[in-house]
Amino acid sequence: MAESDSKSRGMNRRQFLSTTLKTVCSVGLMGVGLGFYAQRANSLPPMAIRPPGALPEEDFLSACIRCGLCVRDCPYDILFLGQLGDDIPTGSPYFIARTGPCEMCEDIPCVKACPTNALDHSLTNIEDARMGLAVVVDQETCIAFQGLRCEVCFNVCPIRGKAITLDMQHNVRSGKHALFIPVVHSEACTGCGLCEKACILEKAAIKVFPRDLAKGELGQHYRFGWKEKEKAGKALVTPDVEHQYNLPEGVRYELQGEGLIIEKKAEAPPQDSPFSSNPLDTLNRKNKEPN
Amino acid sequence: MSLTRRDFIKSNAIAAAAATAGVTVPAGKTALAGEDAGVRWDKAACRYCGTGCSVLIGTKDGKVVASQGDPDAPVNKGLNCIKGYFLPKILYGQDRLTQPLMRKKNGKFDKNGDFEPVSWEEAFKTMAEKFVKARKEKGPKGIGMFGSGQWTVWEGYAASKLIKAGFRSNSLEPNARHCMASAVGAFIRGFGIDEPMGCYDDLEHADVFVLWGSNMAEMHPILWSRLTDTRLTKPGCEVHVLSTYKHRCFELADNGMVFKPQTDLAILNFIANYIIQNKAYNKEFIEKHVQFNKTPTDIGYGLRPEDPREKKAKNRAKGKLTKITFEEYAKSVEPYTVEYASKLSGVPKKNLLRLAKAYADPKKKVSSYWTMGFNQHTRGVWVNGLLYNVHLLMGKISEPGNSPFSLTGQPSACGTAREVGTFTHRLPADLVVKSDAHCKFAEKVWKLPEGTIPRAKDPKMGKTLIHAVAMHRALKDGKMNCFWVMCNNNMQAAANMNVESYPGWRNPDNFIVVSDPYPTVSAQAADLILPTAMWIEKEGAYGNAERRTQFWRQQVKAPGDAKSDLWQIMEFSKYVKVDDVWDEELLAKAPEYKGKTLYDVLYTNGQVDKFPFEGKIKDDRGNEYDNDESAHFGFYVQKGLFEEYRLFNSAPGIPKKGHEMAPFEAYHKARGLRWPVIDGKETLWRFREGYDPHVPKGKGVYFYGNAKKNGGRANIIFAPYEPPAESPDKEYPLWLCTGRVLEHWHSGSMTRRVPELYRAMPDAVVYMNKKDAKKYKLRNGRLAKIQSRRGEIICKVETRGRNQPPEGLIFIPWFDAGRLVNKLTLDATDPLSKETDYKKCAVRISKA
Repeated sequence: MAESDSKSRGMNRRQFLSTTLKTVCSVGLMGVGLGFYAQRANSLPPMAIRPPGALPEEDFLSACIRCGLCVRDCPYDILFLGQLGDDIPTGSPYFIARTGPCEMCEDIPCVKACPTNALDHSLTNIEDARMGLAVVVDQETCIAFQGLRCEVCFNVCPIRGKAITLDMQHNVRSGKHALFIPVVHSEACTGCGLCEKACILEKAAIKVFPRDLAKGELGQHYRFGWKEKEKAGKALVTPDVEHQYNLPEGVRYELQGEGLIIEKKAEAPPQDSPFSSNPLDTLNRKNKEPN
Repeated sequence: MSLTRRDFIKSNAIAAAAATAGVTVPAGKTALAGEDAGVRWDKAACRYCGTGCSVLIGTKDGKVVASQGDPDAPVNKGLNCIKGYFLPKILYGQDRLTQPLMRKKNGKFDKNGDFEPVSWEEAFKTMAEKFVKARKEKGPKGIGMFGSGQWTVWEGYAASKLIKAGFRSNSLEPNARHCMASAVGAFIRGFGIDEPMGCYDDLEHADVFVLWGSNMAEMHPILWSRLTDTRLTKPGCEVHVLSTYKHRCFELADNGMVFKPQTDLAILNFIANYIIQNKAYNKEFIEKHVQFNKTPTDIGYGLRPEDPREKKAKNRAKGKLTKITFEEYAKSVEPYTVEYASKLSGVPKKNLLRLAKAYADPKKKVSSYWTMGFNQHTRGVWVNGLLYNVHLLMGKISEPGNSPFSLTGQPSACGTAREVGTFTHRLPADLVVKSDAHCKFAEKVWKLPEGTIPRAKDPKMGKTLIHAVAMHRALKDGKMNCFWVMCNNNMQAAANMNVESYPGWRNPDNFIVVSDPYPTVSAQAADLILPTAMWIEKEGAYGNAERRTQFWRQQVKAPGDAKSDLWQIMEFSKYVKVDDVWDEELLAKAPEYKGKTLYDVLYTNGQVDKFPFEGKIKDDRGNEYDNDESAHFGFYVQKGLFEEYRLFNSAPGIPKKGHEMAPFEAYHKARGLRWPVIDGKETLWRFREGYDPHVPKGKGVYFYGNAKKNGGRANIIFAPYEPPAESPDKEYPLWLCTGRVLEHWHSGSMTRRVPELYRAMPDAVVYMNKKDAKKYKLRNGRLAKIQSRRGEIICKVETRGRNQPPEGLIFIPWFDAGRLVNKLTLDATDPLSKETDYKKCAVRISKA
């Protein structure tokens, strides 16, 4: 899946050298321990979310020098460093959405503070960050699916109307109310976690996971036809011919539209007599006062 | 409810596991684990808004352990909004007030002292002393009571008796004055009787919905859910939304329109003009059922009389209607062309035309909804009326789907504030103190001597009416010295806090009493705080926006020494003697009352105390309930008060028909009944033959509220566009609009104590346009200082939030006790309805 932040983030030579140097130093410092912790890198617990702009996990861990500057510069103090004994590589930054989500500062101070580009400096618009992906994991407890008017996740989402939308549906049970179903869109969700924090359930029904954990992947062999057509701006093959049909009078057929359309008959002209055309209506009228 | 074997094992296993672990599982949790065994379920109306959803309350061991939307309630069919989801938690905030608290120094009351616990007796003794003194020295306006559209029906009724008949004062107002006084003004002027003609069933029957200054999506969530469903499922249905900023309703809008503040007046006149120019009006309906009028113009802004804007006004606060012809009316709206309306309002012509066409199409059923955008408006009565004009021109009124519908924000703004009449100028069931006949009727029902209730212009007491905003001004000026605020948070809610409200309350001459379950901003500014039993800690009744009266029983006891508003009103009346507050002349008319307390005279009059109390309230399923007021006073208090109230609206020979209610018991059985209830039958649409029993056969439509005035016609009232009281200028370049959000109700005193709701919407933010943020060098999420001519507050900037104001306007919700937006607002009111305009004042903003 193509992520918008995977656009060219090549390092220049200077950055490469300094990163490498710092890594070498930290290897020196950490000594034997590194191998051990590096092994743990792949088992980053799903609730631990990396700061905005973090490189893919493996690259991130090799680039991050555990300096803690991002933690220091976070104005909302949401970032932690992995501690010895945590499942998180020691000294590496993360946040937990349920208790302290990323507030999505416009100036992204954590990224600016990163000396090694482990938090990628080419991220300048916070809306391009892809820290994780929100997922409505439990549709059974999410009260919106039952028709209750919650929508708290939608209300707090900073990528308004894009990352989370409400799908309005008829509530079959009540017969006269609507359901407002939250739907997360991965092309816009930054994974900030504000929705998970705000979820009013005892345990959040919407959760942020690292993207690779959250996202499904369409079979490589298949395309959605209507999306491809939209992308191309036209049909991929020769457009259909114009069809013609045998139809009775007053009936049309719209191939790309509604299909069969039966024209409504012109409405009856206004009555010019107070009496019904059926004399029985007048004759059998009971208990009615004369007009 | 029977336990299955499996459930039993499960629940025991949990208990056993908990015991081993040394953990006490809360009662609620074990109950729920055991499939709600032993939980008593009973119905109640939701505590918050005017929608009037019904919930089922699950109680066990004297505590509410769960709630659910009532699946059999016609309004909400088992659904709730996010506030309703957390209803049980509003009872159990950790800082509930449990004993009376008074400011004291050295053991004595002292305005500058700290709050100390006192007994109810000491509290009431001090209160009685102060109130009697103020009443004696300063007359009827020397004291005041500020009640609520959240009072139960009988609480409002008992308060009306206490103040109007007991203290012989008309200084009684509800917070509903801030909320729907303009709607009431327009109902009375247009139809001669209060409250909507339609009901919520219009939501399924309309083809077109138009929202005027109402963010229904957030403020009436369940009704919005019904409207949305109709839009989704009914072919051809369309939704028009008008507001001064984009809000959540625009998500559904087919025709969303952001207009410049105050120009709704012009848009409505344009629609009327469009209908006339295109000869789309319903000629027959107009000829039979409508009277054309105009209203005086240039009427001021309800500010203090010395304000230059008031001095300039030619017809200050005038509202007497003058009859005009249809042709004269047509001429009056003629200048409101689409070009003019579009230029003034900033709404593109095509949008305005689409809206006008929807109203003018005889085949489309149109329901219009509005809330505070119309009511909190310095021309609130006018603008309400201008919308009725449009509906009346088309005859689109009083039938399924064709409905101009004023929504209310409080659970019993209709049921208590309006129907019981807890306003300065009102008495129960649409009676008014302006009318000597109405006062005499009330005195007769209440078994009091003639002349007890002060007339609006009383021969002895002079002018006795004083509305909510004037009360705060009178407190500041020292003309009112005692003020009892009950079931609302007026220090936070009233406009212009810095200049009027706070100096008024803290005026050293004044004694301020606040009754509340929680330490609110009002409580902080009070001298005496009375801890209050809330909602289902007492037996109650609310009336929602569609005339539906709903009852509930007391479900649990209040914590500590907290007592219901009803108990407080009645118990306090024992501390005041008739001789203290009535003059000799009046006492001479009823010598038998000499030496008696107000309690004796008002509440043990043989009517209120008519129904015995047998120690418990029982339902038809054999469950038993407490009723702490009845146990204390020794009779079925709620029933006695309600049945006496029915003498005003349902007895033979009453002065104003049309508000008939069913007997007390009927409401404990039904999921609410919509009045008028006649012979057990509810009324869904009023003024229409077949639907409304008050319309005689053959009449078709009959606006019987105006029977005496003009033979039963509705009034179309022309009013022009006039500018607001304060508009942005160079110094204060932005409009400020205030309002609410879905997660919090009103001042947040309940919902901000629900941790989940607090987490979902912690603090008030300033919603603003991204371009404005850039212009004033502000960043999303960072603090900004907002200043008006009256004060300043600091809050976080939100440029990507649910409300998207246009450039030049900011929106701040008022629920947050930590960011009091009413320090900024102006106390300009509609001179006719006396309702404050919270939607328009001028501010500036900068980096904090």
